[in-house]
Amino acid sequence: MSWLLPYPLLSAALVALWLLLNQSVSAGHVILGSVIAILASWMMAALRPEKPRIRRPGTILRLAGLVLLDILRSNVAVGRIIVRSREPGVNAGFMTIPLDLRSRNGLAVLSIIITSTPGTTWVSYDAAKGTLLLHVLDLVDETVWIRTIKGRYERMLMEIFE
Amino acid sequence: MNVADAIPAWAALLTSLFILVGATITLIGSLGLLRLGTFYARVHAPTLGTSLGMGSILVGSALYFSVLEARPVVHEILIAVFVTLTTPVTLMLLVRAALYRDRTEGSRDVPAAAIVKDLIPPQEGS
Repeated sequence: MSWLLPYPLLSAALVALWLLLNQSVSAGHVILGSVIAILASWMMAALRPEKPRIRRPGTILRLAGLVLLDILRSNVAVGRIIVRSREPGVNAGFMTIPLDLRSRNGLAVLSIIITSTPGTTWVSYDAAKGTLLLHVLDLVDETVWIRTIKGRYERMLMEIFE
Repeated sequence: MNVADAIPAWAALLTSLFILVGATITLIGSLGLLRLGTFYARVHAPTLGTSLGMGSILVGSALYFSVLEARPVVHEILIAVFVTLTTPVTLMLLVRAALYRDRTEGSRDVPAAAIVKDLIPPQEGS
């Protein structure tokens, strides 16, 4: 089966994408979507990306809920800084966080989480030292951010990907 | 407008609420582009529009078309997925380009590149 579906998760996601785009679950669209998904996963196989090992679907759901809640909260926080603060962005600054997460897929997900949360931006990751450079809009206390990123996101991502 | 008559009042109200909230958050984000002082701080502002602003408008859209067509319309979720996956790429490119420029100009406001010495191969016998 692995020659047919080298990346089963990718193929499943592509079929779901096709059906959602066409808003139909008719046999024709299922067949067409499956053919496209299989062809696309063969093309992906030519690139030989690292195959992710994803475990603990429960943790994925918990992480997703946590991230949604944090996005909501930081939207309010950043909005308040922009509207209320007399000199907005005066506390902004760079900070470095040492990471224990090494999985490339985990790091990619972490970068998406950090950048889609308003108020924090992923700048660069030093793979040799395992440190992450961040830019934070409201950098009053570094330990709060380290606790959020290491204690909440990184721990869950390591459970999922490592 | 006959389309507006076709959906019940509660759905119309909820839809307008979601779209107004989303538009306001996106507006605050755009205001941030004006108000924030440095480039690195300004990068944070548009993420309001790409996270909660977008989410709220998409929920409004999904609700409106689901009620109008009397079936679940959820393909808005794809917009959310694509925006969420692509925004970090753009933001990282912008921030790293700015950081590269500032480091090249020798600015002291940005953290120095720690890996520069690793890029130069070690000299033999020195």
